[in-house]
Amino acid sequence: MAIKNYCLVCGGSGCAAGKADDIYHGLLTAADACGIGNDVQIVKTGCFGLCEKGPIVKVLPEEAFYVEVKPEDAETIVNEHLLKGRIVDSLLYREKGADKTDLSEIKFYQKQMRLVLRNCGVIDPEEINEYIARQGYAALEKVLFELTPEEVLEELKVSGLRGRGGAGFPTWLKWKFTADVDSAEKFIVCNADEGDPGAYMDRSTLEGDPHSILEAMTIAAKTVGADHGVIYIRAEYPLAIKRLEIALKQAREFGLLGDDILGSGFSFDIEIRLGAGAFVCGEETALLASTEGNRGMPIPKPPFPAVKGLFDKPTVINNVETYANIPLIIIKGGAWFNAIGTEKSPGTKVFALTGKIENSGLVEVPMGTTLREIIFDVGGGIRDGKEFKAVQTGGPSGGVITKDYLDTPIDFDHLTAIGSMMGSGGMIVMDEDDCIVDITKFYMEFCVDESCGKCAPCRIGTKRMHQILDKITTGKATLEDLQKLKDIGLATQKASLCGLGQTAANPVLSTMKYFEEEYLEHIRDGKCRAGKCKDLVSYTIDAEKCIGCTVCARKCPVPCISGERKMPHVIDQDQCIKCGACFDVCKFGAVIVA
Amino acid sequence: MAKMTLETLRKLREEQKEVIERRDSGDKSIHIIVGMGTCGIAAGAKEALNVFLGEAYTRKMDNVVVKQTGCMGLCYAEPTVEVKMEGMPDTLYGNVDAAVARKIVNLHLLGGKLVNDHVFDYPARDINKE
Amino acid sequence: MAMVNIKINGQPHEVEAGTSILKAAKAFQVNIPTLCYHPDLEPWAACGLCVVKVENSPKMVRACATEVVDGQNYITHDPEIMEIRKTVVELIQSNHPNECLTCARNGSCEFQDISADFCIREAPYCEMLKDLPKDESTPSIVLDPRKCINCGRCVQVCQQLQDVWALEFIDRGYGTVMQPAAGALLNESPCIKCGQCSAHCPVGAIYEKDETEELLAAIRDESKHVAIQVAPAVRVAIGEAFGLEPGVLLTGKIYAALRMLGADAVFDTNFAADLTIMEEGTELVHRLTSKDGGPLPQITSCCPAWTDFMEKYYPDMIPHFSTAKSPMMMQGAVTKTYYAEKAEIDPKDIYSVAIMPCTAKKYEIGRDDNMHASGYNDMDLVITTRELARLIKRAGIDFLNLKDEEADNPIGVYSGAGTIFGVTGGVMEAALRTAYKLVTDEELGDVNIQAVRGMDGVRSGEVPVGDTNLRVAVAHGMANVRQLMDEVREARDTGKEPPYHFIEVMACKGGCIGGGGQPYNTDEEVRQKRAAGIYNDDEKSTVRCSYQNPSIIKIYDDYLGEPLSARSHELLHTRYHARPLYQK
Ligand SMILES: Cc1cc2nc3c(=O)[nH]c(=O)nc-3n(C[C@H](O)[C@H](O)[C@H](O)COP(=O)(O)O)c2cc1C
Ligand code: SF4
Ligand code: SF4
Ligand code: SF4
Ligand code: SF4
Ligand code: SF4
Ligand code: FES
Ligand code: FES
Repeated sequence: MAIKNYCLVCGGSGCAAGKADDIYHGLLTAADACGIGNDVQIVKTGCFGLCEKGPIVKVLPEEAFYVEVKPEDAETIVNEHLLKGRIVDSLLYREKGADKTDLSEIKFYQKQMRLVLRNCGVIDPEEINEYIARQGYAALEKVLFELTPEEVLEELKVSGLRGRGGAGFPTWLKWKFTADVDSAEKFIVCNADEGDPGAYMDRSTLEGDPHSILEAMTIAAKTVGADHGVIYIRAEYPLAIKRLEIALKQAREFGLLGDDILGSGFSFDIEIRLGAGAFVCGEETALLASTEGNRGMPIPKPPFPAVKGLFDKPTVINNVETYANIPLIIIKGGAWFNAIGTEKSPGTKVFALTGKIENSGLVEVPMGTTLREIIFDVGGGIRDGKEFKAVQTGGPSGGVITKDYLDTPIDFDHLTAIGSMMGSGGMIVMDEDDCIVDITKFYMEFCVDESCGKCAPCRIGTKRMHQILDKITTGKATLEDLQKLKDIGLATQKASLCGLGQTAANPVLSTMKYFEEEYLEHIRDGKCRAGKCKDLVSYTIDAEKCIGCTVCARKCPVPCISGERKMPHVIDQDQCIKCGACFDVCKFGAVIVA
Repeated sequence: MAKMTLETLRKLREEQKEVIERRDSGDKSIHIIVGMGTCGIAAGAKEALNVFLGEAYTRKMDNVVVKQTGCMGLCYAEPTVEVKMEGMPDTLYGNVDAAVARKIVNLHLLGGKLVNDHVFDYPARDINKE
Repeated sequence: MAMVNIKINGQPHEVEAGTSILKAAKAFQVNIPTLCYHPDLEPWAACGLCVVKVENSPKMVRACATEVVDGQNYITHDPEIMEIRKTVVELIQSNHPNECLTCARNGSCEFQDISADFCIREAPYCEMLKDLPKDESTPSIVLDPRKCINCGRCVQVCQQLQDVWALEFIDRGYGTVMQPAAGALLNESPCIKCGQCSAHCPVGAIYEKDETEELLAAIRDESKHVAIQVAPAVRVAIGEAFGLEPGVLLTGKIYAALRMLGADAVFDTNFAADLTIMEEGTELVHRLTSKDGGPLPQITSCCPAWTDFMEKYYPDMIPHFSTAKSPMMMQGAVTKTYYAEKAEIDPKDIYSVAIMPCTAKKYEIGRDDNMHASGYNDMDLVITTRELARLIKRAGIDFLNLKDEEADNPIGVYSGAGTIFGVTGGVMEAALRTAYKLVTDEELGDVNIQAVRGMDGVRSGEVPVGDTNLRVAVAHGMANVRQLMDEVREARDTGKEPPYHFIEVMACKGGCIGGGGQPYNTDEEVRQKRAAGIYNDDEKSTVRCSYQNPSIIKIYDDYLGEPLSARSHELLHTRYHARPLYQK
């Protein structure tokens, strides 16, 4: 017997807080009560990414999207919709400002918009036919047979596409620089080095839709007059490399790469270069040096790669995500793209949302979406109902953003204005349990490890900043150290050669600005409010609250907790390794962290 | 595959579109699409894939097509599996381990019911269909 | 040349397009501090000291590596910039031993000078040093990686200017260290001991092996007859260590100072340069005229860094090498034979010392068995120009006010041809002057052969000598050699006529005047001035050709017989052998 309606009740934590569970049971009871228990199926689902409007109930096949549902609405939904087939208008989701809701519009509730990831999770990436079926290589057709290079550049210019690798440089201008140089040899390079901790947007794109990158690179090649392409990808991405290799093979077999592409007379081919995984090799000049077989160290710019790049030849170098946008722009037009996102940053941006977030994952949103929407709607809010503390964008080169700035629309310029940056798209969410100094130290450690060592301010500055942060987290710092941090921060920012050093101090400078009190607490009071800095915390047992259950004594790995059954326990401070096990297991809140 | 010209590429595209449209409407096959990105594989997508292949084989379900795709972005819910079949809404499942995969076969494929607690919403509309 | 209009600190200026901000500022009396930049090298842009602001831009740029852009205003100094630079200096200090008093560069150190300017009285950051041993494996230079500030100059010098690739950076980040390639000791690496790295290092991380104590010990030893020779390039450079302009000729004062130091005999390497010309010129004429004279082109061999390079990278060129020893080694051999006989001194008591612009010469004296042709060490010690300058100061000699003296006979007199050995093209020119005579038996009209002079890295041309037009080529700076050697190889391998008859090669840029043991801060302008000093010495010589040098005529008459005689061969010629790039 066939099911008539499927009723999806959000089981995400955001909606759970709004009594989604009661709604679920309410629906079940009501359906049984009116005898349709076997015609409908009511299931709990994962977060819909619109927690702000939760609890959410979605009814299929009508795709009725009910928001802010209350337990008492369960009966209405059953009686009206499920029983009589009448959609409950008052509960339907409405776009802001819209007073009437058309069911066909409801599908647009999602905050996400998948341009770059249009094929990821949809097609089989190892099957070129599936890509072709979904408009694949149609943009290349246009570029080879219909558009002049000038028209392609114009389309890109109108689109307003800016590089997604971090700096946000207008892509059309970069291409034009290379197109304008008179040179027998030119190169197209794809930067797939992706070294930010926690970032994997490019990996996923390459794994899920490798042909889009090959198509875009070929379009770039035709536009600027290049005949050779290189994809520089880190060796730690074996699956992406495998899929790229398959895609390259298929494209060559189909005549979409190689000599005389599609009979157009234009020839272009692409090879893969594996990077050893140094973060700095993502910096374009270091990447090119490494591709040439030299030590991956940045060199001063100008001259820019667009004019003097790989083997001193004019070279277009773009990020994976930048390329992924190109075929769409060619097919749908620059103006279409320009209408998405914000005026100065059109299009979408893919973020890798990680940290203390409910729904970690890859999200693609139009530029101009606010941090709040990303974190609380798409991301489902903070894990375990904890308090949001800050979000770090731009990875180790970015800054932290606090609660006060959650409504900042995200684009290149706004993020820079509040002391962070877009970076490549890593987004790490912190909650009240994160110590801001400790996190900053983590980022600095990354920079210390990843500095190429060429220039003094970065090589030595990051190390010294790390030392000072370490002093702070172990309670050995003085107030003078804060001034030193600022001094070194400024010097590394201004006097480093490449972006790594120039931005290495961003986390320090921005956390010192927004969380000065927390730094002072560490130094002045010897306290870490998050309890993360082990040297600054101690675990004690409140004799009033301890009922002597002995759980902590049994869990303590040292062990250093003693006490009789049913008598208050005591922690030997000299032995305690501050693992926090006691705190975690005590059911009576008797363990105190201070 | 011989090298293509503009015309053969266009023809191929139309053919392939039809293949997909047939799949989307009226096709009697059951499509099971497993997210096989690095995150999916790390979370156990291969085991799920094997369950689907094994069940389809032992139960002689000739109309089941098991395929792979890239990451859908729901990393917190990996492995993800999409099921498309006639008479059921297209459904995205998350956290599909071997046991859940078996449930999907029993309940969804054979019983016409969704598997509770594992349904997820699609992250975004399909821009290619616009 | 296109000109652009820029501003330096608000002042409008017009400069050539393509000029760096650093050079533009300097042209208008503004000095921007630098630590890694060296005019001989492409900007490596490592130290970060030269950063300047560009008006209306949030970023700062490196003045050394950034070309001026029309219409821009560059702020080179303001309190914020100076503060940033000071922090950078403090950071570098925190990673550098505070050991000036015992440092090879005390008083000539670029980092010391900059530190002095920035008035840092307390070290703000805890010192953390690299814990790395010195590398004293070569007889020529010492590497002290603890003092390295990773400026990159030596690596660029060794890889780009010298094409040797003996030095490289290993590791990364805070652990980055300058090291001999492949982690070998320097002496086991392809290093050719040219010392250009030491001449370009801004600090005391690479320096010449100081052997002044050995010299003082020999002088102290009553039983030793200390004979000291002076190379041509020393005389036009040593004045710089005493505050003079480059290129001032100080031959007479050097002789006087050496005597004050306690030398028993003072000779001039230029005498032996003339001797080298007699041997090498005759060898060339043999190759030109006789079937078994050896293959053409003949290639000069008086530069020990070059012979080391050839033995490692071009061993197939060995037959082309002139077998004539370098002037220093010839001088050494005749000092302990001819001179010893004349002066009636037991050669075992002679302690033979050379003052050289060169660190490779310290290696040359032990490079081969032939270096004992006299039956003893032909040369006992080599002291570089820098070491001599320090020794003169230590000995309290008021160098600039000394009265000029003459060298001792019979091996102290030289021709103008001998002195131009010190500059690129000089050996060629000196040889041509004599070869002309040997081939045509006529005196050359104008002895100034302009065709082979100049500072271009590779120069070639034709010089008419009798019936033949001699095809000659000159290269200096090791990286410029490959081109010539590859031409020769290709002609040989394809059975073609050799492209040249005679090739001169010097490892150092500008020849020995730009040697690795010369006073610091050598750049193109300094080399030009030193070269001018050398040509000046030649101009004012009454005798301009080696075969006309009366002392040369006499040594052949009295002792050697004729060029390429059996005795000449025994004392004045040597052999070469292929050497592996890496020894282990
Ligand atoms: C330290 C450092 C690391 C970088 N890593 C990457 C990277 O992994 N991927 C990337 O696309 N760009 C990276 N970039 C930016 C590139 O230098 C360059 O701007 C980018 O590839 C240009 O492409 P786009 O215009 O498409 O953004 C990095 C820059 C710096 C300074
Ligand atoms: S800033 Fe850091 S990573 Fe960049 S060149 Fe300098 S040392 Fe290397
Ligand atoms: S949980 Fe902590 S306080 Fe409780 S018994 Fe264990 S160690 Fe003691
Ligand atoms: S290298 Fe310079 S600063 Fe360092 S110890 Fe020597 S003289 Fe002093
Ligand atoms: S002496 Fe010359 S060859 Fe040796 S390391 Fe220095 S520059 Fe290189
Ligand atoms: S040894 Fe001297 S020249 Fe070489 S990198 Fe170190 S400081 Fe620079
Ligand atoms: S928890 Fe229900 S929409 Fe996010
Ligand atoms: S002198 Fe310009 S960076 Fe060192």
